[in-house]
Order: sequence, then structure tokens, then C-alpha cells
Amino acid sequence: MDTIFTQLGWLVPLFPLAAFLILTAMGRGNRTLAAWIGTLASLGSFALSVLIWTERLGSDALDYSDGFRWLSAGPLQLTLGFEITNLTSLMLLVVTAVSVLVNLYSAGYMKDDERATVFFGYVALFAFSMLGLVLADNLLGLYVFWELVGVCSFLLVGFWYTKPSARAAAKKAFIVTRIGDAGLLLGIILLYWQMPSHTLDFASIQNVFQGQGGAIEAGMTTLIALLIFVGAAGKSGQFPLHVWLPDAMEGPTPISALIHAATMVAAGVFLIARTFDIFEASQAAMDTVAYIGGFTAIFAATIAVAQQDMKRILAYSTVSQLGYMMMALGLGSLTGGIFHLVTHAFFKALLFLGAGSVIHAVHTQDIRQMGGIWRRMRVTSVTFGIGALALSGIPPFSGFWSKDAILHTAFQEKPLLFALGLAAAFLTAFYMSRLFFSVFTGKARGNLGHVKESPWTMTLPLAVLTVPAVLSGLIETPWNNTLGHWLSGGTETTHTGGGLVMVASAAVGVLGIYIGWLAYAKGTINRETITARVPGLVRLLGEGYYVDRLYNAVFVQGVRGIGRVFAIIDDHIVGGAVRLVGGAALLLGRGGTRLHNGQVQTYGLITLFGLLVLLVSIAGRGWW
Amino acid sequence: MLASYLTLAAILFCVGLYGVLAKRNTVVVLLSIELMLNAANVNLVAFSKYGVVPSLSGHMFALFSIAVGAAEAAVGIAILIMLYRARGTVNVDDYDELRG
Repeated sequence: MDTIFTQLGWLVPLFPLAAFLILTAMGRGNRTLAAWIGTLASLGSFALSVLIWTERLGSDALDYSDGFRWLSAGPLQLTLGFEITNLTSLMLLVVTAVSVLVNLYSAGYMKDDERATVFFGYVALFAFSMLGLVLADNLLGLYVFWELVGVCSFLLVGFWYTKPSARAAAKKAFIVTRIGDAGLLLGIILLYWQMPSHTLDFASIQNVFQGQGGAIEAGMTTLIALLIFVGAAGKSGQFPLHVWLPDAMEGPTPISALIHAATMVAAGVFLIARTFDIFEASQAAMDTVAYIGGFTAIFAATIAVAQQDMKRILAYSTVSQLGYMMMALGLGSLTGGIFHLVTHAFFKALLFLGAGSVIHAVHTQDIRQMGGIWRRMRVTSVTFGIGALALSGIPPFSGFWSKDAILHTAFQEKPLLFALGLAAAFLTAFYMSRLFFSVFTGKARGNLGHVKESPWTMTLPLAVLTVPAVLSGLIETPWNNTLGHWLSGGTETTHTGGGLVMVASAAVGVLGIYIGWLAYAKGTINRETITARVPGLVRLLGEGYYVDRLYNAVFVQGVRGIGRVFAIIDDHIVGGAVRLVGGAALLLGRGGTRLHNGQVQTYGLITLFGLLVLLVSIAGRGWW
Repeated sequence: MLASYLTLAAILFCVGLYGVLAKRNTVVVLLSIELMLNAANVNLVAFSKYGVVPSLSGHMFALFSIAVGAAEAAVGIAILIMLYRARGTVNVDDYDELRG
């Protein structure tokens, strides 16, 4: 097969980079033009990604990589390059597709923001970094871009930096992910040290770890895999590093869709998929990933049930779905994880953009003040509903198929995780129906007289996203393992279909929606009596199991306490010593000044005294 | 005899030293300096007459010293007069331009 476009893969991130440079040069200039520059650049990347992807559709496409020597210091050889595999081409497609739509959407959403040009610049920089991350052919290159997307996330979460909460959220996002990044860096260094040829490119990693030659001992493999997983958990919001993601919703909503739902948070999943051979070589690491993922899935889903902020519900839902992906990877189903990543990227971006459309019109994020928006925002309501159905795992929407792939693997491998996943699926359907019915149906609970449908730049992306949200599930069904075959080069043949799992997952989805409908639309279930019976539980869930409070009390206050102790030491002991030296010199000088009083007679007296001392000491030296 | 002369010289020297260190009037200080100078001269003459090896060099030295002392007193008084004209005082305590 022809590989012209594949060889040009390095061009994909350069479109947004160029856009970023142009937009930065524009300062706060023409906002409409800025939106078009951002959209066109991402469209260019998208077009090229599609061309690359079509080249790889044949089953015989070989991985292509190219690069140059970046640093060479003695035995240390570092290269920088890009690699196109089936996995990366798929990620390119997802990232650029969402990026195009988010840029277009932002043209409407950010129209009235006077820093919109800066915003599009940041988005372009993010797209560049994310595409670089996807394309990187070695772990070090990936790490560089990994940090870059972290910076972009920081900049965009704190985009409205005049709000104290946005500043705090940006800092929190950056610091918490940094904790993960430190683990990843340690993992990379350890891997570099342990690799027989001291290389970090993915092809070599695959060779070493698939070889089963015992080139790297088992304990070390587990350690490396776990350190990489720490990085992935930080980025992908896995327990216990999930706390930054809900707070990151302080950023503009298109950013929540692009970075904190579809692309960047999936980078952790992508990283594990990219280094999957290391994980497969260590059963302990795989189990850790699976259990942490499964726990996060159910943990975040329960929190999402009790949230009142529209975006926070979706944020916890994202954490939960990322947990699903991790669980799939931990269970050895690379296909399941990546499949859910792809479908989730589309329907969660759709949900966030829909939420943004609602927030843009209603000017509040509290679902208790919404209601009845259906009558005023038809396009948003319908598309959001489709996204919610996809997330809830209702057949034939995409989320059903990807969730089914994961649950099926869990059913075969670890029944406990299957039960957790099923419970999380039920909760997902429940909180999505709660969200949907609270916001779009019923009576308006706030002042919604001014609400009207968003402009076409915002509704068009919603409409476009419904297509993959509905259909992208069909690339991997129990009867048709296209994606699995394609991703694994024809070796992976799991997910052969299990009627029981499908029925169960569809049933819990429908059940969750039905209960949500009873409670929040029909009102048969009186939710006040239920919440009044367990106020502690509601508060526990609403506060996210007090994880934030705990971290604040233990880590933030702890570090502050240590800082205070060191400040006292610095102030009194170190500073005291410095002040002592200075003070002594000053006192000495003062004394000298007092002696030097200009009185000749005093000088004379002192001279006389000195002479006497001298005489006495000379005369008396015989006695000692 | 030598002891008496030396005692006289010592008394003169101490009186002069006391004057130099304790008197506030600059003229008296200058006078006291002359006293100390003359105490030394008395010593020179006494040693020249009653010393271990009597000779005339002590006398000559004393004469030289008196001549130099006279010149010194003249210069000192001249400086003091200029100083008095400039500052309007002869109090030693007021001459403290070199105070640190």
C-alpha cells in the first residue's frame, strides 16, 4: 500500500503549531479571524489524519517511523521522531476530529470574550502538543509533549484567571498531575537504565518485553510498569489522583470537552496502550491497573450521582469512564480500552459541548435551577440526549458496544470487576437520566425567559458529533472484530460475543434510566424522602467521599506545617546567624567610632595607658 | 645626687603629662609639653654630669633640644593663634574635626 501521507505524518502537529505562532503574534487582535485560523489549522490536521488513516486501513500496513538524532552525549543517544501505527493513526483521527469541532464550537462560545484570540492560541498549542504526544516514537519524546499538554491544561483551566476558583483549579490540576508525572519520569529513567540497548523507542520496548528472554527481571518490570501507571493515573484522573479533574471544570466548557474529556485525559490510557508490552510482562502491574480502574469507575460514578453542578457530573462521569478504560487495559483487552477511549471521546465531547450550549444560554451550571430547556433548545436537547444514551450504554449507541467489550472481558477474567463494572454502568445510566430529566424536561425552576438556542457554530459540532456517538460503536461488535483485528495486527480475537453480558449491560442501562425517569421526570419516587432518610450518605457523595478535604488536611496542611517549621528555622536560626555576624561587625564599628572622637587628649591618655601596659608587661615578664 | 635630679625630672614630666592630658586650655597644654621637654633636658644634663661615663655630649644634646623646643613652641603658638582666629576658641575639646 502507498505510504505517501504516512511519511508526511510529522506535518500533522505542525498545522496547529503554525496557528499557535500566528495567533500569539496577533496578541488580542481580530477575534473572528482567530477563530477561523484555529479551525482551519485543525481542519488541515484532520484532513491529513484522515488520509493517513485510509492508508492504514489495509491489514498489511507496516508501522512507519522516522526521526533524527536529538542529543548525543557519549553513550547517551536520544532521538526525536514520529511513528505511525494503527493505534496512533486512530488517535490522530480522534484528536483532530474533536479538535476541529471544538474550535468551531468555541468560535460561538468564546465570541464575547475579549481574550478569545489568546484562547484559540492556547487551543492550537494544546492540539500541537497532543498530536506530538500521539506521534512520538519514543518515551522521552512522549514525555516532553506529555508535559506540554499539562501546561496547556493549566493555561486553559486558569483561562479566566480573574476568578480565584479558576486560579486554584489550574494550580491544583498542574500540581496533582505533576505528582503523576514524577512517577512517569522515574519510570522512564528506570526503563532507560534497564533496557539492554539503552533506548526508549516503542519498537525496542516491544521487542525487549515481548521476547520473554528475561532481559529485564520480573520485579523491575513490575516497578517500571507501576511507575508508568502512576503517570497515567495522574493524567487520566484515576483514584487517588482524580481530584484535579472535577475542579478543572473551571475552565471554559469547550476546553472541558477537548482536554478534560476527549483527548488529554485519555493520554494516560493511550500511554498504557503504547507501552502495553511492559504491562503484559507483569501480571501484578496488570492487576493493579485493572483494580484501580474498576474501583475508580464505581467510585466516581457514585460521586456523580450526588453532584449538582452540570459540568461536575460530567467530570466525575469522565473519571468513571476512564476507570473503565483502565480496567479494560488491566484485564488485557487493549482493544476494549482503546475502543472505549474512541467512543467516549466522541460522546463525552458531545455531552460537554451540549452542556456548554446550555450553560451559555442559561448562565448557570446548577441543575436545580434548570429544567424545561427542551422547549427552548431543541437541537441541544436532542443531541445531548443521544450523547446521554450513548454514555448510558443503551444499544445500539456507541457506548453500549465499547462497554460491552470491556464487561465481556471482565466477565471472562475477573467476575468481581464485572460486578463493579455493571454497577458503575447502572449508576452511569442513573445519573445521566437524572441530569437529562432535571435539565431538559419538567418545569423551569430558574428564570429562563432569555434562553434561546445557541448559534450554528455551536449546534453544528453537536449535530456532527452525534454521528460518531451513534455509529462509532459498530467498528467493533460481537459479530465483527474489525477494530481488534486492526489494532493488534490480526492476532487478538477476544470479544466473541456473549449474550448474557449484552443483555445484562443493556438491562442495567435501561433500569438506571427508568429509575432516573421515575425520580426526576415522573416523580413517582419521592427523592426528598429518600435523601432525608440518608442525609449522611448524600453529603458523603456530594463531597466526593471527602477526598479533597482529606488531601487538604493531610497533604496541603501537612506541607504547609512543614513549611512553617522551616520558615521559623530559616528566620531564627539561619537568619539569626546572619544577623549575628552583621550585628557584631556593626557593634565593633560603633565602638571604634566612639574611640575615634577627635579629642587629642583622649588619644594621648590611651597611648599612655598602652605604654604603661607595655612597660608593666615587659617588667613583669620575669614572673611568668 | 643623680637620684634627686631624676626625681625632679620625673615630677616635672608627670606634671607636664597631667597638663597635656587634663588641661582644657590649649595654651596650657603647649606649656605642659614644654615642661615635659624640659624634664627630658634635666635628665640629659644630669646623666652628662653624674652618669656612668660623664661627657659633654649630654649638654650639647640638651642645648639642641632647647633650640628645637623653642622652634617647636614658636610654630605651635603660631598654629594656635591661627586656630584661635579661625575657631574663636582655645578649648581643646572643641578641636575635634577628626572625630569618627
